[in-house]
Amino acid sequence: MKILIVEDDLEAAAYLSKAFREAGIVLDHASDGESGLFLATENTYDVLVIDRMLPRRDGLAVISELRRRNIHTPVLILSALGQVDDRVTGLRAGGDDYLPKPYAFSELLARVEVLGRRKGTPEQDMVYRVGDLELDRLSHTVKRAGKEILLQPREFRLLEYLMKNAGQVVTRTMLLENVWDYHFDPQTNVIDVHVSRLRSKIEKDFDQPLLRTVRGAGYMMKDEAAG
Amino acid sequence: MHGLPGRLTALYRTTAVRLSAVYLLLFAACAAFLVFYVSSMSEGLLRQQMREAVAQETEQIERVFDSNGMNGLLRTLERRSRQPGANLYIIASPSGEVLAGNVASLQPGVLDTEGWTETPFRYQRYQDEARGNSWPMAYAEVIVLSNGLRVLVGRDLGEPENFRNLVRQALMVALGVMGVGALAIWYLIGRNALRRMDRMSGASQRIMAGDLSQRLPTSGSGDEFDRLSESLNTMLGRIEKLNEGLKQVSDNIAHDLKTPLTRLRNKAEAALAGSDSADYRIALEEVIGESDQLIRTFNALLMISRVEAGQAPAEMSTIDISEIAHDSAELYEPVAEDCGLRLVTEITEGAEIKGNRELVGQALGNLIDNAIKYAEGSGGEPEIRVSLQRRDGSVVLSVADSGTGVPQDKREEVVKRFVRLDESRSKPGTGLGLSLVGAVMEMHHGRLELEATHPERENNRGLTVRMVFPIPMD
Repeated sequence: MKILIVEDDLEAAAYLSKAFREAGIVLDHASDGESGLFLATENTYDVLVIDRMLPRRDGLAVISELRRRNIHTPVLILSALGQVDDRVTGLRAGGDDYLPKPYAFSELLARVEVLGRRKGTPEQDMVYRVGDLELDRLSHTVKRAGKEILLQPREFRLLEYLMKNAGQVVTRTMLLENVWDYHFDPQTNVIDVHVSRLRSKIEKDFDQPLLRTVRGAGYMMKDEAAG
Repeated sequence: MHGLPGRLTALYRTTAVRLSAVYLLLFAACAAFLVFYVSSMSEGLLRQQMREAVAQETEQIERVFDSNGMNGLLRTLERRSRQPGANLYIIASPSGEVLAGNVASLQPGVLDTEGWTETPFRYQRYQDEARGNSWPMAYAEVIVLSNGLRVLVGRDLGEPENFRNLVRQALMVALGVMGVGALAIWYLIGRNALRRMDRMSGASQRIMAGDLSQRLPTSGSGDEFDRLSESLNTMLGRIEKLNEGLKQVSDNIAHDLKTPLTRLRNKAEAALAGSDSADYRIALEEVIGESDQLIRTFNALLMISRVEAGQAPAEMSTIDISEIAHDSAELYEPVAEDCGLRLVTEITEGAEIKGNRELVGQALGNLIDNAIKYAEGSGGEPEIRVSLQRRDGSVVLSVADSGTGVPQDKREEVVKRFVRLDESRSKPGTGLGLSLVGAVMEMHHGRLELEATHPERENNRGLTVRMVFPIPMD
């Protein structure tokens, strides 16, 4: 995966470059809006990470301009501004995801990876499979090794999101955003409790774990047996 | 304070006085026009009537002369001359020599032209001449009889002129009286307005000097000045509150942000002093945990101040609050269960308010989170009740627990930023949860009510927090 980071804080950019490279992601860096726009137009990237406030051209203006030029590379907006209204303006300008500063790198990485693979995940897949676990989006049924597992509607959506992003880390805030459609900080471990309930339902009678907890980051759905 | 000229200048500067001066001038101009128009119209009308009367008379005279001859004419004119307020009559020779009549003398040349005299002329009657009176003015018609004699029939101008003058005088007097009255009212109103403005600017100067508790004076009459003062006072109240909040926050930030920062620094320092790399790892993890908590506090603070400053009104729309209640209850239900509590819902379906879904959701989340925290292991009923009801003109979303509760005298206190009661200091939290709820309620023009769930009890009275939202008008 190749991404472009447009960030004027050079120290933060250097840290991000190093961290992303360690995670196996190729990265270009631009330190102002104009050069960011130039790079994003000239080269092909999987994901653009754009700071909201940039010298020479504001981050939102860069995104609008890209969309106007018919470049639809997924964009993640980084912002030091508030959360409630800023998020909405960011997404309206054409951003695909939004992360307020300060953020944990694991959160940024997880979101970038999900955005980058978005193209490859066919939304129209009617059945998601991880190992012997099967989720049918049409009939709303979940089976493991052919045996049906009964889930609450929300548990079904939680599992659906985890399976859709199988093999990738999904953070707690991503779950709250995508499964519950809320963007605030739930303060306590609400998400963990939901996930552990779901886990007990899909793993109770089976030896092979499918839903891993990734320390300091979130969760990942993965067929360990398949490697 | 000022001399009279100073006061008058100041008076003139007030808008009301300036406006009324302009009105007064306009009115005077209109009135003057009216006076002249009415008087000249009526004069013209009278003159017209006069002319008709004279023309009638000359016709009669011609008829009398035709039927009764010279003698008859003289008799008729003599009889008419004797009547009070009689017209002017002159019989003259064709050369213009006066033969008979009731006029002693008149402006020369009048008799020379036949027909109506277009301009008024001066004349004197016998009695005027005897008394030495001035020469009045008259209009007349001169006719030539069949024998060549000229006859003049005239009428004094006094009547229409007097009438015109009378009308003018009356209107002038009325105008004068109005003018004086207007000036007096003008002065009184202006002075009153000026006094109130003086008081208002005095108060605002004291406010500018830094005394935010000052308020503008109101007279209680509910007029424009009062309404202005009232809305300015409301504004001042809000500014004062924001200002106090700011002060309180900066005091609290000092304490509540410095404490975890110190802790964070100590941990890093202690790890650095050690030598085991496994210790480093643990210490670093703890440091990240501490900074996450700090970020959380910081975000909550920022959000509260943004909500309080009313910076998010663009994202208000009609939202289904019943759905939010269901979602939040469902989100927190497993946590409650893990803590040995039952989360019971009692939600009226389809209730709508005007608001921000995220903020209302977060506010409700904070309340449920609090309820779980304080009800857990308190010894009260292990139950948290989330209910949504419509109640005369509002939608009430409430969370009730049977925990230790909050004493009556502390209920206002706990909504403030960073305020945590001593008994809750051991629990995790930023001390900002309820403040955010309060700020969200303010932004939604609603209110926050705190009450004991079981006021009759000694212990475990519990706490019921109600978010009261107004129902949108349209």
